[in-house]
Amino acid sequence: MSSEPHNTSTHTEAERGTLGSYVVGFILSLLFTVIPYYLVTKKTLSGQALLITIIGFAVLQLIIQMVFFLHLGREPKPRWNLLFFVSTLGIILIVVLGSLWIMTHLNYNISPLEMNNELIKDEGIYRE
Amino acid sequence: MAQNIASHHEAEANDRVLFGFWIYLMTDLLMFAVLFATYAVLRDSTAGGPSDRELFRLPLAFTGTLLLLTSSFTCGIGMIAARQYKKFQTLLWFGITFLLGLAFLTLEVVEFRELIHEGHTWQSSAWLSSFFSLVGTHGLHIISGLLWMAVCMVFIVKRGLNSSMIRKLTLLSLFWHFLDIVWIFIFTIVYLMAFV
Repeated sequence: MSSEPHNTSTHTEAERGTLGSYVVGFILSLLFTVIPYYLVTKKTLSGQALLITIIGFAVLQLIIQMVFFLHLGREPKPRWNLLFFVSTLGIILIVVLGSLWIMTHLNYNISPLEMNNELIKDEGIYRE
Repeated sequence: MAQNIASHHEAEANDRVLFGFWIYLMTDLLMFAVLFATYAVLRDSTAGGPSDRELFRLPLAFTGTLLLLTSSFTCGIGMIAARQYKKFQTLLWFGITFLLGLAFLTLEVVEFRELIHEGHTWQSSAWLSSFFSLVGTHGLHIISGLLWMAVCMVFIVKRGLNSSMIRKLTLLSLFWHFLDIVWIFIFTIVYLMAFV
C-alpha cells in the first residue's frame, strides 16, 4: 500500500497545484468578480460596452478557475481532459448561440398581433 | 524513480476514475448550458409581471458569489493538506468549505423564499420558470455536494486518510470547483446582466 506521506512524483505535483497557485488563483478570481460588480453598480460603462466587458470578465474567470483550480492542461500528454472540455465548449456554443439566434428571429418575424390571432384560432385563447 | 508495479497500477486506475468523473462533469455542463440557453431566450417573457431588474437584489447575489469563491479556495487548500496526510488540517479546511457552502445555500433559500412570498413563483411567467430551473438546479447540486462532503468528513474521522479516500476527495474537489464555475456564469448572465 502506498500510504507513506512522500510518494508524490514531480509531474503529479505540477498537475495538482501548490499553495501558491491556489492563492494566486483565488486573488485573481476575486478581482474578476469585484471589477464587473463595481462596473455594473457604479454605471461607469453602459449598454453594449458594459455587456461585452462583463462577459469578458466571466470568460477570464472561467480560464482562471480552469487553470488554477481544475489544473486543466497540466495533465501529462495525451490531454484527453482538455480535448473533451474543448469539444464540450463547442457543443455549448452551438446550443446557446443557436437557440438565441433562432428565437430572436422567430420573435422578429412573428408580430404580437399575428401571434394573438394564431392563439385565438388554434386554441381559443383570448388576450386583450 | 523507484515505482513498484502495485502503485503504478493504482495510478492508472486513478487516471481512469478521474477521466470518467471528468466526462460526467462535462455532460453536467451541457445540461447547464441548455438551462442557460432557455433562460437567455425567455429573459423578456415576464407575462406583464415585474422584470429581473425590479426583483433581484444584486448585493445578495454578490455576497453569495464571494462565499462560493472562497469555499472553492478553502477546498483546494484542504486537498493539499489531504495529499500530505494531515488529517486535522484536512478536516479543518473541508469543514470551513462546508460552512461556506451552507451559508451560500442559506442566501439562496432566503432569496427564493422572498420571491415566492411576494407572489413571484415559478408559475408566474416563463422567465421565472427558467430562473427557478436554472438557479434551483445549481442549488440542488450544492446540496448534493454538501452531503457528499459531510459523508467524506465522517469517513476521514472514522477511518483516517488513505489513498482511496484521497481519490474520493479529489473527485469531490473537482465537483466543487465545477459548481463554482457554473455559479460565476449564473452571477454574470442572470444577475449582472439584469442591471446592464
